[in-house]
Amino acid sequence: MLKIENLSVAYGGIEALKGISLEVEEGKIVTLVGANGAGKSTMLRSIVGLVKPKAGSITYQGKNLFAVKRHDLVKNGIALVPEGRRVFPDMTVLENLKIGAFTRKDHQEIKADLEWIYTLFPRLKEREWQAAGTLSGGEQQMLAVGRALMSRPKLLMMDEPSLGLAPLIIKDIFNIIRKIHSQGMTILLIEQNANAALHLADVGYVIETGRITLKGTGKELLDNEDVKKAYLGESVVAKK
Amino acid sequence: MMNFNAVFMYLTGMDLGTFLQHLTNGISLGSLYALVAIGYTMVYGTLRLINFAHGDVFMMTTYFAFYGVSTFMMPWYVSFILAIILTGALGMLLEKWAYRPLRDAPKISIMISAIGASFLLENLAVVLFGGRPKAFPSVKILTDSIQLGSVSIQKLTFVIPIVTVIFLVGLLYLINHTKTGMAMRAVAKDYETAGIMGVNVNLTISQTFAIGSMLAAVGAIMWGLKFPQIAPLMGVMPGLKAFIAAVIGGIGNIKGAVIGGFILGIGEIMIVGFLPSLSGYRDAFAFIFLIVILLFKPTGITGEKIAEKV
Repeated sequence: MLKIENLSVAYGGIEALKGISLEVEEGKIVTLVGANGAGKSTMLRSIVGLVKPKAGSITYQGKNLFAVKRHDLVKNGIALVPEGRRVFPDMTVLENLKIGAFTRKDHQEIKADLEWIYTLFPRLKEREWQAAGTLSGGEQQMLAVGRALMSRPKLLMMDEPSLGLAPLIIKDIFNIIRKIHSQGMTILLIEQNANAALHLADVGYVIETGRITLKGTGKELLDNEDVKKAYLGESVVAKK
Repeated sequence: MMNFNAVFMYLTGMDLGTFLQHLTNGISLGSLYALVAIGYTMVYGTLRLINFAHGDVFMMTTYFAFYGVSTFMMPWYVSFILAIILTGALGMLLEKWAYRPLRDAPKISIMISAIGASFLLENLAVVLFGGRPKAFPSVKILTDSIQLGSVSIQKLTFVIPIVTVIFLVGLLYLINHTKTGMAMRAVAKDYETAGIMGVNVNLTISQTFAIGSMLAAVGAIMWGLKFPQIAPLMGVMPGLKAFIAAVIGGIGNIKGAVIGGFILGIGEIMIVGFLPSLSGYRDAFAFIFLIVILLFKPTGITGEKIAEKV
């Protein structure tokens, strides 16, 4: 579905990505894990055209993604849950969800999807008229996910959905991701929380300083000694 | 009533009729400032840019309307509507040529570009229209006076606030209840995320400029009717004062711009009304008021929220 080949990105001479390749197959959850500054977000930002790559290609359903304008991405079925949530703080929860469906014109279907989001996140229904800026971090994350889903994406990309959230909330969020996936959504999940992400993923990639160093199924990576040492911490694994 | 009038006169040194006359004058001047101030505040809200050319866009409208009536012999209402539309287009071109190429450049570059655009429009007007002031077409039906008791008031004094309120209501509806308005608010907060949501950011910014410029155009036409002398530099002072109104109200906030406009307009007229000896300092009032506001409430009366929970 989405294919990244030899992608290189440089910020003023500093190479953030040094030729990475990654593939997301339809119906799968693919995760990219790595430490701070490894280049995870840079990769996502180049998919949505927020950074200009130096070399490489990104194809989505056979289409060159660099030729697609940013505001046409959702029409092509790509939605992003941005890092740090980036909900519109002055708008109500409802408006935030509606802006997720900005390019859609099928009003009946939008209403149905809104109900679907509210069953996924009953909390959002309760806070429908509240300004998004007044929500807690976890609620904002739910809103950001709900907003992305409102565009009826084929590919949902999530940038660090667990960032800055309490462990219990993280569990909730990952349960939701699992639920959305079971309804047939293709997901590209970028995470620092390797343990949670790899438990969820069909395919995992490990990125280190701009290079993909490992690739495998989620389970393979969880069992990999290097991954354990670098990202999981022995104690966490021991508890499992 | 007589008693009240006497008490009022004793307290203020002005009789009630005169006071009301000053008040209506202040409200109508304030309306004009408010209409122009909205353009500053909308552009600032979206691009964090002080659009220094806004006052000159205001000036261009009066010339468009002037030539529509004088050279092209159009009826005044056709000419006025056309002038408003042309001004909207001018605002969009201004954004496209002077600001869009610099959108990701440091803020200071785009600000300098705005100053350049301002000088360009002013001097272009001198070249195209001549430096000598021209007389704005007068529209009897609007500029006539009516007799109210002992005082006679120009109809325009009432027409201006009414027109302003109509446009304000329309604007607030557009911003709060339409998809375009939602896009504008989203782009103003976070244009990257808005783009990812499918909002066409360039188009939305263009629309913001068009609307801001057209509101200034409405103000300019009424300004021309009220003070019927137009010149290439006529936009400078109203532009500056509207900018001050936007800052006083809290720049980036539309309601703030309107409040600021009225405070400035009424304040200015009242200073002259109560202290005629200071009427020479009429323009200074706005600037002194600005300094005071910046000293005590730098974010303006409505004060854009600075800290947001993340």
